[in-house]
Amino acid sequence: MSVLTIEDLQVSVETEQGTKQILRGVDLTVGEGETHAIMGPNGSGKSTLAYAIAGHPKYHVEGGSVKLDGVEMLDKTVDERARAGLFLAMQYPVEIPGVSVSNFLRTAKTAIDGEAPAIRGWIKDLDASMKALRMDKSFRERNVNEGFSGGEKKRNEILQLELLKPKFAVLDETDSGLDVDALKIVSEGVNRAKENTGLGILLITHYNRILRYVKPDFVHVFVAGRVAEQGGPELAVRLENEGYDRFLAGAIVE
Amino acid sequence: MAPDSTATAEVVASTATAFVPVQTRSERPSSTSVEDFEAVTGREFEWKFIPLDKIKHLIDGELDGSPVAFTYSESTGTAVEWVDRTHASVGSAGIPEDRASANAWSSVEKVLHVTVSGEESAELVIRRDRFGTEPRAAHLVIEATANAHGTVILEHYGEANLTENVEIVLGDGAQLTVVTVQEWDDTALHLSSHFARVGRDATLRHVIVSLGGDVVRVNPAIHLVEQNASTDAFGLYFADAGQYFEQRPYIDHVAANTRSRVNYKGALQGQGAHTVWVGDVLIGPHADGTDSYEQNRNLVLSEGPRADSIPNLEIETGNIVGAGHASSTGRFDDEQLFYLQSRGISEEEARRLVVRGFLAEIIQQIGSPALEARLSESIEAELLRAQAAGVR
Repeated sequence: MSVLTIEDLQVSVETEQGTKQILRGVDLTVGEGETHAIMGPNGSGKSTLAYAIAGHPKYHVEGGSVKLDGVEMLDKTVDERARAGLFLAMQYPVEIPGVSVSNFLRTAKTAIDGEAPAIRGWIKDLDASMKALRMDKSFRERNVNEGFSGGEKKRNEILQLELLKPKFAVLDETDSGLDVDALKIVSEGVNRAKENTGLGILLITHYNRILRYVKPDFVHVFVAGRVAEQGGPELAVRLENEGYDRFLAGAIVE
Repeated sequence: MAPDSTATAEVVASTATAFVPVQTRSERPSSTSVEDFEAVTGREFEWKFIPLDKIKHLIDGELDGSPVAFTYSESTGTAVEWVDRTHASVGSAGIPEDRASANAWSSVEKVLHVTVSGEESAELVIRRDRFGTEPRAAHLVIEATANAHGTVILEHYGEANLTENVEIVLGDGAQLTVVTVQEWDDTALHLSSHFARVGRDATLRHVIVSLGGDVVRVNPAIHLVEQNASTDAFGLYFADAGQYFEQRPYIDHVAANTRSRVNYKGALQGQGAHTVWVGDVLIGPHADGTDSYEQNRNLVLSEGPRADSIPNLEIETGNIVGAGHASSTGRFDDEQLFYLQSRGISEEEARRLVVRGFLAEIIQQIGSPALEARLSESIEAELLRAQAAGVR
C-alpha cells in the first residue's frame, strides 16, 4: 500500500515585500486510493501546498518533509518526483508553442516509464482516454495548451493523469472555470484513474461542487497555512452552508 | 518568449539604444558601382554590428567573379543556366544598397539564371558547396514567369568567403518559394543581398535559415510593386559560441492592396553568439490598403550571447488595413520548464523540447517535408552538442 506523508511542512515564497511564510506546519497522510479534499479561503496556502509538493522553484521549503512510501521527495528535482509517482494537475497549465500534445504525452510517458511505450497499445490507450474525456482526435496535433479553452486545458491535465498513472495526484482547483458538463467529464476521468490505479488524491478546491462527483474520504480545512479542522464529507457540506468565517475570526492572517 | 507569454517572462538580453534613423528607407542610395558608396568605417547603421575586420576584404577587396560549380536536381518546370551579366533580367529586381553588394555586382563574370515556368513545378534544390576560401563574388537571378508555381532551395555547405546578390523576380500571379539554407563550415564568411520584385497577384514565400558559418548576413529587400502582391518572409537562425548571423528583411509596400508577413525566430547559445535582426517595413504613399505585420523573437539559451532586434516601420499613407510589429528577446520560460519536468521529463530534455517547439513554428512554414525533417535534425544535433559541451 502506497502512502504519501506530509509532516510539519513549512514553506515560504519571495515577494516584492520580502520573504513571506505561507505554510506553517502542514501534516497530512494520504493512503492509496484515498481522496482528501483540501478546502479553505483564498490565500490560505492551498496552491502553495500543491506547488511545494511538485517542487516549483519559486517555493522555498523551510522545514518538514514530504515522503512517498518513506522516501523523501523534497530533496528530489521536479522530474524525479514525477517519476517517483507524484502528479500535479495545474490550475493554469502553460502553453508550450510548437510541441504537439501527442509528442508531449509520448515524451512524458517514456520519461515516467523509463522506456518508450509500445506504439499500438499506446495509441489505443490515448484514443480511449481522449474519447472518454470527449476530446476530439485533432487535439493530438495541436500544440500543448495553445489556444485551448479553460475547459480543454483541464481535460488535457486529466488526460495526462490517466495516461501517466501516478500514485498520488494533487488536483489544484481543477474545478475552477468549468461548466457543469465539463465538471462531470473531468470528474469521471479522475474517478476512472482512481479505480484503475488506486490513485491517492489531494483535491484542492474552493467549492463543494466537485465533491458531488469526486467523493472525498476526508476533508481538511486550510486556514493561514495549516490544517485548522478535519473531518469526513459532512464537513464539506457544512462549509458550503456556513462559509469560512468561523475559522477566520481567530486566525492570524498576514 | 512565447507570443502570448507575459512581459515578465521576457528579459532583454541586449537592445541597441539611441538609434535614430537619419533617412527614410527609400532614400538609401543604390548603385551597381562600388565608388558610389562611401568607404565603410563601421559607424554606419548597416555595418555597426558586424565584425568588420573579418569581412572588410569582401567590401573593398578584389573578388574572383568566375562561375563556381554547383549541383542541382533536374526538376520539371524549371531551368538552370549560366548567362552573361548583361542578360536582360539582371538588375530587374533591384540594385545594390551597400558597398559589399556593389562589389559583388561589378565583379561577377557570369550570372546563374534559374527559371521557374511550370504551373506545377517540381522542387528545385541547388547545392552550393564549392566556393572554397578565396574571396568570391556571385550573382543569381531566380525568375518565376507569370502564373508559375514552384520552390527553389539554395543549400550552402562547406567553406565560403563570399559576397553575392540574389535577384528574385515574380511575374503576375506567380507563387514562388525561395529558401536559402546556410549550413556552412564554422569558418565561412557570407554576405548575401536578396532583391525581390513581386508582380500583380503574385506571392513570394521567402525563407532564410542560418545554422552554420562564422559571419553570415542575408538581407532580403522585397518590393511589392504591383497590386495584390504578397509576401511571407520567414527566418530561422541558431547561433553558437562565436557565430555572427545577421538578417535585415526590408518590405517595400509600393502598390495598393499589398500584404506582408515577416516572422523571424532565433536561438542563441554560448559565449559571443551574436544575432542581428533589423526589420524595415515601408508603406509608400500609394500603398493604400496595405496589410503588414513583422515580428522577431529570440530565445537566449545560456549566458554570453547577444541578440539585437530592431523593428522599423515607416508609414506614408494613413489608409491602410494594418501595420504592426513585435520584437522580443527572452530566456527560457521557467513555467514551461516546470510544467514539462512535472511530467517526468528531465530538465535537459525539457529544454530541447522547448527550443525545438520555439523554432518549429518557422520550420513548419518551409513547405518542403524533406528539408523540414533535415533541418529539425540539424537543430536537434546543435542542441545535443551544446548540452554535451555543458552550455546551459
